[in-house]
Amino acid sequence: MKRISVISTPGLLPVFLISAPSGAQAGGGFPYSFSFADRSVWGIFLLLIVLVLFAVAWLMRQKIRRIRTASKAGTAGQKHGAPEAWLQRFTNAQLREILALKKKNSNARLLILPVAALLAPAGQLFAQSTPGGGPLLSETGVIITITLMALPILLGVVLLYLKMQRILQQFKNKQQLRDAGRLAAYLEQLPEQELEQLLEERPPEEGPLPAAARLSGTGKAEDRNGLLRIRETEGLPIVAEKKRAQKRPDVDPALSKLVLWYLGCSVFWLLFGTSVGEYVGIKFIAPDADHVSWLSFGRLRPVHTNSVFWGWASLAMLGLGYYVVPRVSNTKLFSLKTGWYALCLINASVVLGTLFLMAGINNGGGEYREYIWPVMLLFALGLVLTLWNFYQTIARRTTREIYIANWYIVASVIFAITIVLVAYIPTWQNGLGETIIQGYYMHQGVGMWFMLFTLGIVYYFLPQQLNQPIYSYSLGILAFWTQILFYTLIGTHHFVFSAIPWWLQTVAIVGSAGMAIPVIAGTTNFLMTFKGAWSKVSSSYTLPFFLVGIIFYFTGSLQGTAEAFRTTNLIWHFTDFTVAHSHMTMYGIICFFLWAAIYAIVPRLTGKEPPQISVGIHFWLALIGLLFYIIPLMYGSTLRGVAWLNGVPFIETVKGMAPYWVWRAVGGSLMWGSHLVFAYNMYKMYAAGNELPDVNETALNQLRERVAAH
Amino acid sequence: MSMLDNHKLLFSNAALFFAGLTVLVAIVPALSNQKQNRPLPGAPALSKEARIGKGIYIANGCVACHTQQVRNIDMDKVWGDRPGLAADYAANVRTDFWRNTATLMGTERTGPDLTNVGTRQPGKDWNLVHLFNPRIVVKESVMPAYPWLFERKKDPAESDVVVNVPAAYLNGDEKIVATKDALYLLAYLQSLKQAALPQNTAVPEFLYKKEKKAAAGEGTAATVDGQALYAANCQSCHQENGEGLPGAFPALKGSPVVTGEDLEKYVDIIMNGYDAREEYGVMPPVGTNMNFTENEVAAIIDHERTSWGNQGKKVAPEDVKKIIDLLKLKTSE
Repeated sequence: MKRISVISTPGLLPVFLISAPSGAQAGGGFPYSFSFADRSVWGIFLLLIVLVLFAVAWLMRQKIRRIRTASKAGTAGQKHGAPEAWLQRFTNAQLREILALKKKNSNARLLILPVAALLAPAGQLFAQSTPGGGPLLSETGVIITITLMALPILLGVVLLYLKMQRILQQFKNKQQLRDAGRLAAYLEQLPEQELEQLLEERPPEEGPLPAAARLSGTGKAEDRNGLLRIRETEGLPIVAEKKRAQKRPDVDPALSKLVLWYLGCSVFWLLFGTSVGEYVGIKFIAPDADHVSWLSFGRLRPVHTNSVFWGWASLAMLGLGYYVVPRVSNTKLFSLKTGWYALCLINASVVLGTLFLMAGINNGGGEYREYIWPVMLLFALGLVLTLWNFYQTIARRTTREIYIANWYIVASVIFAITIVLVAYIPTWQNGLGETIIQGYYMHQGVGMWFMLFTLGIVYYFLPQQLNQPIYSYSLGILAFWTQILFYTLIGTHHFVFSAIPWWLQTVAIVGSAGMAIPVIAGTTNFLMTFKGAWSKVSSSYTLPFFLVGIIFYFTGSLQGTAEAFRTTNLIWHFTDFTVAHSHMTMYGIICFFLWAAIYAIVPRLTGKEPPQISVGIHFWLALIGLLFYIIPLMYGSTLRGVAWLNGVPFIETVKGMAPYWVWRAVGGSLMWGSHLVFAYNMYKMYAAGNELPDVNETALNQLRERVAAH
Repeated sequence: MSMLDNHKLLFSNAALFFAGLTVLVAIVPALSNQKQNRPLPGAPALSKEARIGKGIYIANGCVACHTQQVRNIDMDKVWGDRPGLAADYAANVRTDFWRNTATLMGTERTGPDLTNVGTRQPGKDWNLVHLFNPRIVVKESVMPAYPWLFERKKDPAESDVVVNVPAAYLNGDEKIVATKDALYLLAYLQSLKQAALPQNTAVPEFLYKKEKKAAAGEGTAATVDGQALYAANCQSCHQENGEGLPGAFPALKGSPVVTGEDLEKYVDIIMNGYDAREEYGVMPPVGTNMNFTENEVAAIIDHERTSWGNQGKKVAPEDVKKIIDLLKLKTSE
């Protein structure tokens, strides 16, 4: 009666067992021979560092040259700074205004702007000497020392490079301003007749065609209504130009500072957490990489999961929440100060939790519950402050109804506090009580905190980026209540066939099946919101992130349902299939939605956009990396599960996983690389000023001011 | 609808709805489970050493890769004699005020399940070498090494527990000595045994039985895979190539016991273990621990006698059965 057909899939088995040794034997000891104790490894590291140093030094040389030529051009003052050349670039309207200004104030005196001192380029920067290849270098200790010393130098050189880039930028700014000053002076001296002549020579504005129908003009292309795509950057068009962010009413600078700090901290935790994850993934193919207790697999694994959960995703969500909640309530945030306290508390929680875990102090091994309760208390306090803040903001709303995004966001904060309370009160959960609460806590954390909050963010940002309303408000409400009904039940599906009560397992499986309702409702709602605006996807750099998130929301969530059934548990439970699933959802859904929202919001807060090419690189690296990560892992795990069902000796199934673990490390590396690019994009949005002042406009302004002064 | 416009109503409803479901599916079942279940009468409490060892197991996050639950499905039979029960976990209480209960059931089986590892793999020598670096004994293992549980000493004292580690892992003439922590962890691993159910208790069934096996029933030696049994039960010490590990585990390749005529001694070693040779570690009673049938023992013997260049006679399960019965009689006397 209780027989299943799954067992009779012997076709897959040989593939699994044959592929195993081929992976394990390639190159002698591969893949288990890698170790940091090995000298050649350090040698390669050193070589890499030296190569990077050379690359950076070369780049800096280029920068210095550009600064030098820029400064030379400045002193000669002739090449492109000539006022005559700039004169041609005025629009007719501007020329007319200049004429009017000159006539009004023909006696104006000139003030020559002081010219800034030139920056002498610094001396040679090849400070790092690389010893040739003496016998000393073969000593492990020496190599380690050199490598350790080279690392801070490398960091310093990178910082220096960034600094130089800023100097060059400032220099360019100054030069533009100087050109503007010179142009203004030139304009004042310029005889009026010459200007009039210039105007007459220009093609007439009024012609046989109305102005709006003409295709060319001297005016700057503008797109106030977001209807056109204007190529603004020059250079090699290797990728399609995407639309730039729309200018919006300014956000309160104090609020935008808070949001930017939340997002900045979250990026730090993303980099930290995924660096750890990357290393932990590498340990599957190089278990002897290091022998340091603080860095051993069992301790680092929870460091990875917890720092990306509570550090990256939670802080990013909250940061976006601090923007969305007051915005859709059409009011100010209730208390900025509380927002800052919450930020500090959560950061402190992740820092302390990480240290405790690495030191071997943890809560007993429940997934995502590895932080001990005093550490998690800090996190929970941060959430309580946030809840109070959000709730009071919504209570002061000036809209009649509460927009659906705020339903999801506030509810998820309430639920997260409930979950942490239930799971962490330090006086109960003996025996199986621990397991039942663990299943509940772990899964509600994922579904009621991360998923629900992120859905709220999508309900705000997706319609905003598409510039059309959400398809159906009712579907959103249906998804909200059914998610609470079904999701709350499913926790114990992580312990199917275990010693917990059979009826509880059945409830969890039924709940998992019920999850199809909110998932299908939500997906339908999001996809239908795209209706009539699909063409916008190709011209936006945020919408592709949303689209990937929606696709994984559907596939990843329903995969969870499929995994919960008893028959699928036979094959997939305890294998890396679960790991693939959690990356498909936490990464494919949550991370992609968060990135989409971050790219939508940060340019508005800072007024600076990320380079579109590196946003593209981020997107594709993350997506391709994720697919490389999950597909081999799901395939290999299925084979492993079937092998277990067929009674294959356990160690054979470890061998069999080796090639899939290699693929996982490859995918993980791509994902990790995408985060570096993402961090660079954040840097470009936060710090680097990439807007040069407009010479003509500035000159005209100066002229106006002087005329006004007289 | 007023709820759409009333934040108090909306959020308190959502919170109550969630809290109500939480009570139903989490809090009440958890409370009733922790109240109702008691440890099995036959289950020994953890010794002091084993309790400290459990702490080391927790601190190093072993639960990330090792489960401790035998599910009630046929494929989990290799990890225990019977499915796990709520009573098996009832002895777990909060570690202390700061740290939660550690049932250590786990959700990932990157490495083997450890519910019954104290029965399956009790050897002290094997466990210590394996902890020092798993790849010494299991070449393909991806388990971390735990060298910080060991010391390197030139002249170990009498009382020191020296671990037989191959020369490739040593610098010069130093010796590897197990620290107290290593011995505590060992004590914990050795304590992991499925307790027997009280008499007259119905043993819960394993579900989803395999059709093939059910039809074959006990089967003959020909249907039992000796190589797989060897891989699962013998290989971690005697190695896949039958050469053992010099200084720790004897070779079966060319071994007089394996290829010789004394079948009684051979079966005795498999069933009841062996500790006759000073230079090697103690062999646990693998056959008794794992409840080997005569078919399984015969299959293992046949595999060992025909592998790695060994050329011994194959044995009949009936002969093995006679010896096993005889040995049982001896031990019960």
